[in-house]
Amino acid sequence: MTALGRFLRQPLALAAATVVVLIVAACLLADLIAPYDPLKQDLMAANQLPSAAHWLGADSLGRDILSRLLYGGRVTLSGSVLAVSVFTVLGLPLGLIAGYRRGAVDRVLGRVVEVIFATPVIIILLVVLSVFSANLTAAMITLGVLGFGSLFRVVRASTLAAAGELYVKAARAAGLSGPAVLRRHILPNLWGQVIVQVALFAASAILTESGLAFLGFSVKPPNPSWGSMIGEASNVLSSHPFQLLPPGFVIGLVVLALGLVGDGVRDVATSRGGSGPAPSVAQTAAPALQSTTASAQSGIGGQPLDLPDDPTAWADDAAEEVEVWLTVRDLTVEFGPAGRGVTVLKGASFEVRAGEVLGIVGESGSGKTVTARALIDLLPPGGRIMDGSIDYRGDQVRDMSPAQLNRLRGGQIGYVPQEPMTTLDPVFTIGSQLDEVVRRHDRGSRAARRARALELLELVQLRDPASVLSRYPHELSGGMAQRVGLALALAGRPQLLIADEPTTALDVTVQQQVLDLLDELRARLGMAVLLVTHDWGVLADLADRALVMYAGQIVEVGPTTAVYAAAAHPYTRALIAANPATAQAGRPLPSIPGQVVPPGSWPVGCHFADRCAEAMPACLAGPVALGRIGSGRASRCLRSERTPALVGLEAEPVEGPAGPSRNGTGPARAAAEGSK
Amino acid sequence: MTRLLARWLATSALLLFVVSALTFVLISFAPGDAARAILGAKGSVEQYEALRQRLGLNDPLPERYWDWLSGVLRGDFGASIFSNEAVGQIIGSRIAPTMALVVGSLLFSALVGVALGVASARRRGRLGRITDVASLLGISIPNFWLGLVLVTLFAVGLGWLPATGYVPFATSPAGWAKSLVLPVVTLGVGGVATIAKQTRDAMGVQLDSGYVAAMRSQGLSERSIVYKHALKNAAIPVTTVMGLMFVGLFSGTVLVENVFAYPGLGSLVVRATAQHDIPVVEGVALTFACFVVLANLAVDLLYGWLNPKARLR
Repeated sequence: MTALGRFLRQPLALAAATVVVLIVAACLLADLIAPYDPLKQDLMAANQLPSAAHWLGADSLGRDILSRLLYGGRVTLSGSVLAVSVFTVLGLPLGLIAGYRRGAVDRVLGRVVEVIFATPVIIILLVVLSVFSANLTAAMITLGVLGFGSLFRVVRASTLAAAGELYVKAARAAGLSGPAVLRRHILPNLWGQVIVQVALFAASAILTESGLAFLGFSVKPPNPSWGSMIGEASNVLSSHPFQLLPPGFVIGLVVLALGLVGDGVRDVATSRGGSGPAPSVAQTAAPALQSTTASAQSGIGGQPLDLPDDPTAWADDAAEEVEVWLTVRDLTVEFGPAGRGVTVLKGASFEVRAGEVLGIVGESGSGKTVTARALIDLLPPGGRIMDGSIDYRGDQVRDMSPAQLNRLRGGQIGYVPQEPMTTLDPVFTIGSQLDEVVRRHDRGSRAARRARALELLELVQLRDPASVLSRYPHELSGGMAQRVGLALALAGRPQLLIADEPTTALDVTVQQQVLDLLDELRARLGMAVLLVTHDWGVLADLADRALVMYAGQIVEVGPTTAVYAAAAHPYTRALIAANPATAQAGRPLPSIPGQVVPPGSWPVGCHFADRCAEAMPACLAGPVALGRIGSGRASRCLRSERTPALVGLEAEPVEGPAGPSRNGTGPARAAAEGSK
Repeated sequence: MTRLLARWLATSALLLFVVSALTFVLISFAPGDAARAILGAKGSVEQYEALRQRLGLNDPLPERYWDWLSGVLRGDFGASIFSNEAVGQIIGSRIAPTMALVVGSLLFSALVGVALGVASARRRGRLGRITDVASLLGISIPNFWLGLVLVTLFAVGLGWLPATGYVPFATSPAGWAKSLVLPVVTLGVGGVATIAKQTRDAMGVQLDSGYVAAMRSQGLSERSIVYKHALKNAAIPVTTVMGLMFVGLFSGTVLVENVFAYPGLGSLVVRATAQHDIPVVEGVALTFACFVVLANLAVDLLYGWLNPKARLR
């Protein structure tokens, strides 16, 4: 669709443009359509309210207000057109030159504009008017000169950006002259922004002209202009306040309409590029846009018919005495507007046992971060828990009041976020932020709190903790910031620490240090850790048990060593193979072909089927359940039982007593048959 | 700090020079000349020559500018052509009302604008759309017209507040406050709209940011997260906008003071303009430029206080 077409499809902007055109046309045609001579006095009609004879009433000399508005508009509008012309004639070429040539020209012009921006415009206009005897033409030319900076800046910035584009560089290299490059390759992309600036400046010129006219610096008295009509109305304000309304309303309407036209054009101009950072809300809600097309594929009634995870599937055969701290059942999370949300996590069940490290691993989009954040009811904007239960040591997280939730967060469950640099408030010192969290959990004197803050920084092995306290986040390295993030999470002495990709944003050398620290802290403080990662290396390093996620589902659970040695799910095997640490020199870096199915497009059957080399018709037929494949192990794959590696595993168990695993059809088989 | 001051001094000196020189050059370009414009058609040849002499119009432009500038540096702004009073004195007697009006309007728009912006950022949805519409209206309505409407309603109609004038604080603090309400609201409404929109956008970004989620995960109170952390971060872009608004507020006094017959610099400069009282117009232009320069310094200092990164650079 053309830019004009897109503009015409915005009802508000289109209506605003129509208003502007109609008012301008009416003023131009004043000779034809005005019911009266704007100067003709009729004292019989003086100060009349609106009537059939005078649609908008008459002023104190009995002149028709509507006719005066139509003729007065010519003065106001032509003054504004003059100002806008000067504004465009200066701003557009100078902006193009400054952006294209750069260097000294750009610096000088930039400086000039900076100074003009700081000049009180109306004062300079008054100086002009004091010298040129109420000559509005001179004042409006001056207004254009003083205003061109806003257009200049926008055009300059766009030209600067466009001149860096490859096609413009190519055109220059091909020998096209400067003016030709500007005209053919740069200008066509600028029109949208120029129109926006012109519309906004026209609005401000109308306001300024009206103001000057109100002060009496426009046309000579009997002649009307919108601003001077407000001035005339103010003289009879106490007896006939109605006369204020027509001119004020017309000015407000035109200015408002120009503003809306500017907004409409801006929307069209910025949507064409399609680039630029999208706000995070839009990003998180993005899957929602795909929902309408996707729901058709994903099963009857729009919701995938996935089976909830059966917790007995991965129960250990001989581990009844293990204490469980966190129990999650059927956790389902949705993103996007209520009623049209997209499920991103479906029916997940798992538990975190006392003192263990549970690693959740998966590609981005698998739902692992959503799972972690849902545990403390801290989903990103737009997300909400739809179903399921989260039990932390007997307390239901979903039933907690905001106050109880605040005690849980930080106090019992700590959270170390992904990006260390963006998770610290940039405008407060580390000391101030740490003190606030310490004060939240421990009462105590200022000195005691400071001692605790220092103790926490020592705990995370930061060198020179006293100096770190007085620093701002931007004065820390990434590794230091992550240690501070860890200290903040540990301030409330949590028993469970959720570490969400704690090393992803860090340098490789620092990653290992932070992992070692995490391992050491876990042992020293006796915490359980829920480690979210996409990296098998990290997982293998720290985690006792692994939970593999794919497209919103848990696909495999088991002891890390066992899963690593003999993964049961094809996705887990692909993920382990794709670990760059195990890549071999001279061979291409292994990767999993295809992409994660986005939420909202999940198939009825196995979510991984379209990327799976071993998929068979049954995989697509219906939901696949997480089936037990051994002691403490479960896999969501119809082929799991026949996996050769698994056969080996069962013959020679990696750990613990061998379980009765080959007991006929597991739940997976049953589910597959049930759905046929 | 020293660097900030040095930069400010350089920019300020440039701005003051440009404003004063521009004023001078414009005046010298007057068709006919300023003396003729002042006297109109009725002046005699002797009067005309005397006025030319007095305005220094017979001297070359740079020399005239230098004379005026050196006078200003000594504190001598010349004398009003109309009343013969020293320009410095006329301006001095009118600074206090204008400062009360401008500072009052800034506080009004900052307090109401930030409150509206924060509320609509937290609720999103309907309140956000209301803020959008209100801010568009606030910018579109001519403020002098709004002032007249407010006078009609609250002074003429309800009689709650005086329609015009200014009561010095020393005379009656209550009267002073009452005389300020309508002019301050009139001048400040556009600013409320601008600040509310900026605050809403900036707060929206901050509330979605990583540190807000991190603080929630640490169990900090919502009040501290929103009003201490997010608001201080959001205040950084809002402060920039307020700096730009300052210039607009001083310009706005010209119209608003006339609506309320308010004895400040704005009404002075309009009267002087109508009377072609060029020394007074020049004096007020320079005074306004000085205010803008001081306001810029205040904004820079506030910016540095808010943003530790700017402080170190």
